[in-house]
Amino acid sequence: MLTVENLNVWFGHPPDRVDAVQDASFTVPQGESFGLVGESGSGKSTILRAIAGLIDTWSGTIAVAGKPQSARKRDRAFFKTVQMVFQDPYASLHPRHSVDAVLSETLRLQGMDDIDRRIARLLDDVGLGRGFCFRYPHQLSGGQRQRVAIARALAAEPRLLLLDEPTSALDVSVQAEILNLLADLRAEHGLTYVMVSHDLAVVGHMCDRLAVMQAGRIVEVMGVTALRQGTAQQEYTRQLIAASRGYARA
Amino acid sequence: MTLLSVRNLRVTFPTRQGTFEAVRGVSFDLGRERLGVVGESGSGKSMTGRAILGLVRPPGRVTADRMELDGQSILNLPERRMRRIRGRRISMVMQDPKFSLNPVMTVGDQIMEAYRLHAGGAKHAARDKALEMLRAVQIRDPERVMAAYPHEVSGGMGQRIMIAMMLAPDPEILIADEPTSALDVSVRTEVLNIMDRLVRDRGMGLIFISHDLNLVAQFCDRVLIMYAGRIVETLAAKDLHQARHPYTQGLLNSLPRLDAPQDRLPVLQRQDAWREGDTITQSLDTEFPGGL
Amino acid sequence: MNQTRRDWLLSDAPQTRAQARWGSLYQGWLTFRGNTLAMLGLIVLVLLIGMAIFAPWLAPQSPFTQDLAGRLQPPSAEHWLGTDALGRDILSRLIHGSRITLFIVGTVALIAPVIGLFIGTVAGFAGGWVDQVLMRITDIFLAFPKLILALAFVAALGASITNAVLALALTAWPPYARLARAETLTIRHADFIAAARLQGAGPLRLLVKHIWPLCVSSLIVRVALDMAGIILSAAGLGFLGLGAQPPMPEWGAMISDGRTYILDFWWVAAMPGIAIFIVSMAFNLLGDGLRDVLDPKGAKE
Repeated sequence: MLTVENLNVWFGHPPDRVDAVQDASFTVPQGESFGLVGESGSGKSTILRAIAGLIDTWSGTIAVAGKPQSARKRDRAFFKTVQMVFQDPYASLHPRHSVDAVLSETLRLQGMDDIDRRIARLLDDVGLGRGFCFRYPHQLSGGQRQRVAIARALAAEPRLLLLDEPTSALDVSVQAEILNLLADLRAEHGLTYVMVSHDLAVVGHMCDRLAVMQAGRIVEVMGVTALRQGTAQQEYTRQLIAASRGYARA
Repeated sequence: MTLLSVRNLRVTFPTRQGTFEAVRGVSFDLGRERLGVVGESGSGKSMTGRAILGLVRPPGRVTADRMELDGQSILNLPERRMRRIRGRRISMVMQDPKFSLNPVMTVGDQIMEAYRLHAGGAKHAARDKALEMLRAVQIRDPERVMAAYPHEVSGGMGQRIMIAMMLAPDPEILIADEPTSALDVSVRTEVLNIMDRLVRDRGMGLIFISHDLNLVAQFCDRVLIMYAGRIVETLAAKDLHQARHPYTQGLLNSLPRLDAPQDRLPVLQRQDAWREGDTITQSLDTEFPGGL
Repeated sequence: MNQTRRDWLLSDAPQTRAQARWGSLYQGWLTFRGNTLAMLGLIVLVLLIGMAIFAPWLAPQSPFTQDLAGRLQPPSAEHWLGTDALGRDILSRLIHGSRITLFIVGTVALIAPVIGLFIGTVAGFAGGWVDQVLMRITDIFLAFPKLILALAFVAALGASITNAVLALALTAWPPYARLARAETLTIRHADFIAAARLQGAGPLRLLVKHIWPLCVSSLIVRVALDMAGIILSAAGLGFLGLGAQPPMPEWGAMISDGRTYILDFWWVAAMPGIAIFIVSMAFNLLGDGLRDVLDPKGAKE
């Protein structure tokens, strides 16, 4: 479904050029849920944005459903295949657009018809219901906003969903609801996920395989069983797992 | 010995739909211990911290039957007298150091200013104190950091600087509001170690406000669990996983765990009864399980 | 207002598009109404508009009828605000002059922010050389004092009230362009823009549907606050004889007429001066109130 080979992403121009991602390669088969973990600044979100076409300064290969993508322009078919859910539900919804406006614009852009019926179905799908249709973002809680953002991503009926820390801005009880929703949607629509998170427990819960990143490089790609058992190959991964198990008094 | 004693603390805000009670009758005592305050956003945990420091802005109103620091009331003191307590006797560390440090002053100047504001004294004494504080928070090269501007230091470093700044006047109580949420796990451990040592070595009282149950269970001595502006349960941190209140249990269950994979996470079913009802208080062997 | 309609408007869960829209308008109105001074400004401006509409019926006399025998009369029962050098009733001239003031304010408020919004958002959103070119043009306009530039325009186009207004509008847009560009720069990398882009939204749609609505509110506030300055500039042009031409009762020109007699017959210049002062003040108060409603980050705590 997704192939990333020798991906380099940089920002700025020499001498101030920052290499955010260096030589990253991984593949995600259809239907899999793949995690990208690492500390802040490790380049995990940058990879996701490069895949989505939101960053154009990259080299290497990004192929979606077998089709290589260019850095500059993405076509209509790409937007119908790949969609993204952002980290901060407070920043990813336009403050002056109601839920109805967000979803109907999205559906129109994706060339859908029968807009009102589709909106109702999308809202049902993400567990919000029609009563939320005419609310503005400031009338929604964080979890409800993230559900709207997920509905927006699903409007195009994509096959690959990029999830950028979808629950890190939410309370744990709401996180559980959103993670359950994402799991249900994947099962129902046969979606492929690429999920970025700094929380190993969340990735362990959601993903089948994961890549561990450090300072712009992928240090290790491992299965989720290895993560749970703590049998990582690399020292850095073992440290990360140990640190995520909690605080041990020095 | 009780450092801080709070009884029936209430914080209310007038809104168009009537009064909103952010904190509804919170009571607790703080000794020389690490007291965790846990709850979800909107539970009133941060507002409790702000109310103690007199940082609730009008039109918000703070009332309490009692709010005493060492037996002396600090409830709704005039701003001038509160300023003398804030910083010198009670300090606060916020979530994001980026917004708490002045971007156009060097780190050293800020720590020195914070110290001299409360302790007075000569400039070189303040400088020595600042260096000592930076060393106390495990900054290896304090001279260099003193001369740096806030944007030149990393997040973890910034948070340590904040702690150094807050500790310079030797406060009796430190209120830390999500001090590690913006930090990576590896840095988090260091910052927590520093605070831990300060509580032990200086006999400070720490109020640790956090949404992270596991962290609080491991770091604190005692935990208050807040829901909708009230404390629903208090218990020793080590017993958090044997919590009896359904809300606490629900929060703990909704966390994904690496060691116990499950297909679906249990979802918290909120009940209106939790908004009222009594606080479940664990009968502790000692009043302050962390020791005094 | 009865309780049910208020609840319907303040509902957190609107059931229809209309309810949602009216609800957010009502919220804004409540915030605005909470600001007493802003309400005062609004009332003054509503009165001004009423005065302009009903000028022929409100004015006790014609603004043009001269009465040389009764020239320079102090305020009295017959002429409430006195008469000017040609014996015309100052009150009547002020009432008719409100039409001109509104015309100036309205036209400038329509032209300048629209040009500014367009140039600023395009520059901020496109970036690169487009940004450079547009902003340098803006800088050139900003480099000249506004009134001097307007003088040059009027001198080239010919002295008339229409040309004066046009000149004011053409010189007033650069600050709006700067403001709109700054706003655009802060929102163009926002996640909701990225999300719309991922739906295949083109630059034009992003600009018009996503960026403009967020820039407009701060522009409206700025326009309201600038109105006072625009009235004064128009009065200044009138004063210099480059705006309204006699015998039009434009307030600035009226002050200009009265300046010869200012020591002995103070009311001739003072009355239009007070009118300008009151209207400018009203716009300023309104702008402050609008800021509370539209631009929460700029509002005072």
